[in-house]
Amino acid sequence: MTNTAGTDTAGLLAEELEEGLAKSTKDDPEYLSWDSKARRTITVYIPLAIFVIVLLFPFYWMAITSVKPDYEMYDYKQYNPFWVYSPTLDNIKKLLFDTEYPRWLLTTMGIATAATFLSVGASVLAAYAIERLRFRGAQHVGLLVYLAYLVPPTILFIPLATLIFQFGLFDSPISLILTYPTFLIPFCTWLLIGYFKSIPYELEECALIDGASRLQILRRITLPLAVPGLISAGIFAFTLSWNEFIYALAFIQSTEKKTVPVAILTELVTGDVYQWGSLMAGSLLGSVPVAIIYSFFVEYYVSSMTGAVKE
Amino acid sequence: MDATTIDGTVRFVPNRTQSWLGRLFDWKPFLVFLCMLPTIGLLVIFLTYPLGLGLWLSLTDTTIGHRGDYIGLENFWSLYDDPVFWGAVWYTIFYTAVATAGKFLLGLWLALLLNHHLPFKAFIRAIVLLPWIVPTVLSSIAWWWIYDPQFSIISYVFVNVLHLRDTYFDFLGAPWPARWSLIVANIWRGIPFVAITLLAGLQTISPSLYEAALLDGASSWQKFRRITVPLLMPILSVALTLSVLFTFSDFQLVYAITRGGPFNSTHLMATLAFQRAIPGAQLGEGAAIAVAMIPFLIVATLLCFFGVGRRKWQQGGDND
Repeated sequence: MTNTAGTDTAGLLAEELEEGLAKSTKDDPEYLSWDSKARRTITVYIPLAIFVIVLLFPFYWMAITSVKPDYEMYDYKQYNPFWVYSPTLDNIKKLLFDTEYPRWLLTTMGIATAATFLSVGASVLAAYAIERLRFRGAQHVGLLVYLAYLVPPTILFIPLATLIFQFGLFDSPISLILTYPTFLIPFCTWLLIGYFKSIPYELEECALIDGASRLQILRRITLPLAVPGLISAGIFAFTLSWNEFIYALAFIQSTEKKTVPVAILTELVTGDVYQWGSLMAGSLLGSVPVAIIYSFFVEYYVSSMTGAVKE
Repeated sequence: MDATTIDGTVRFVPNRTQSWLGRLFDWKPFLVFLCMLPTIGLLVIFLTYPLGLGLWLSLTDTTIGHRGDYIGLENFWSLYDDPVFWGAVWYTIFYTAVATAGKFLLGLWLALLLNHHLPFKAFIRAIVLLPWIVPTVLSSIAWWWIYDPQFSIISYVFVNVLHLRDTYFDFLGAPWPARWSLIVANIWRGIPFVAITLLAGLQTISPSLYEAALLDGASSWQKFRRITVPLLMPILSVALTLSVLFTFSDFQLVYAITRGGPFNSTHLMATLAFQRAIPGAQLGEGAAIAVAMIPFLIVATLLCFFGVGRRKWQQGGDND
């Protein structure tokens, strides 16, 4: 009994599938003949392959250089530069044990984490106030915060440097933790306002009727529902602070307090002979943390990026 | 004092479990104030105030370690006579225009390619974003190595594999090659953002529109020109504005690869401002260069946003 029923449904499914396929081939002119398949290869697959190769090649080059021994790296005649014949960890070892690279990684991670928490915390409150408390002028405040996103750090770093100096924060990681939110908060607030909009207001009204206070509502209802939004804001904030360069370059002086991007460029580039192996290894290792975080949350990342732009 | 009076009223409502503190937190104006405080505080201290301070610094002769005096427009007059400054202005505009055009043309193409039904689509979409995720300075260092005069892999391909040239390229040694090399690296970095953003825009376009166009016998170009482009305009204008803004104020890429050289030919306004202000210690002059960027930024933003945005309004009528 069950068996026949099984084959029946399977047969039906197959029939449906066939029908669907026939329909799609009929409707879609691109599948009409072999000729159009060849055209599709030329117009879609080949350009796409070129795009992917060009976009990824610098990373491949970075990776392969960082495991090449010096005699291979500078001898293209004997060794094909696209391949590595006897991979070595010397460059990475030198980076980890002869320089302060681990320290830079830790510093960067600490600064990025602190700046992320500070910005996401401030942004959640601000976005909640703008979107949910609906005070008079909320729209205008939202617009002002958005405008803050359009002020590029490159026109701010000189006055900020004097300000940081006055506060006595020069050469201290705190200066970066406090200045990164200037570009993180506008972005996160913008993203979270969009996210709060998607949470039904009725839920909050119900809680209000049940006698919950506003803070309870925020903590018990809105925030748990906004977790995906918080995660994407957090990832964004973390990657942006990890990638930040100009503030870290201007405000930090001592070697051991530098962040990874600054340290590689100012500490590893010495004299006229560049240690390309170590430089590439450092760049690779400095890219890995953000790449890992990104790979875990790629869906959040893409959707929030495009969502924020669409808003 | 205030607290005790509120505390007094609480006693008259014994059933209410909330203290005066709890009620304060439920009072909307206070709550709004409290919620906005961190954001407004941080932004005012570290964004609005520095913006004003920058304007003031540009009117002084401040150097590192010396509190400057008001000198009027002196900094701007000296910049006006400074060929290096005008070179930087010119290259910044050129860099922004060419790089943005390249990013958007190639990005749109990539978005259209990714909009097809493809195997491993999610994976391709994910890896394509990598140049945008990775810290710009670090990928710039990779480009620096690719542009190496002696061991450039591009030169190797052209000379030793394809035999198209006899000598290696001197990418960063002469002004024009260096300028173009930087623009190529910037386009490389910008394509993913444009492509993924426009892809999101493409996916909101209803397929029924294309079906209708197909029934009416429209060609692929007509479909692209009359359906895709107009419906992509809103998201395109936002992406374009952001892209122009951040390309114009770019710093990292140029600082990492050429530091403005050779012969100051690749200075952007931002790198020149940094050069003069921090290593050169002339904070006032650096601030003046940064301030000089502001009018350009405002014009560029308005131009992109309204120039492209308005066409969306006109789409209702049949124009151009």
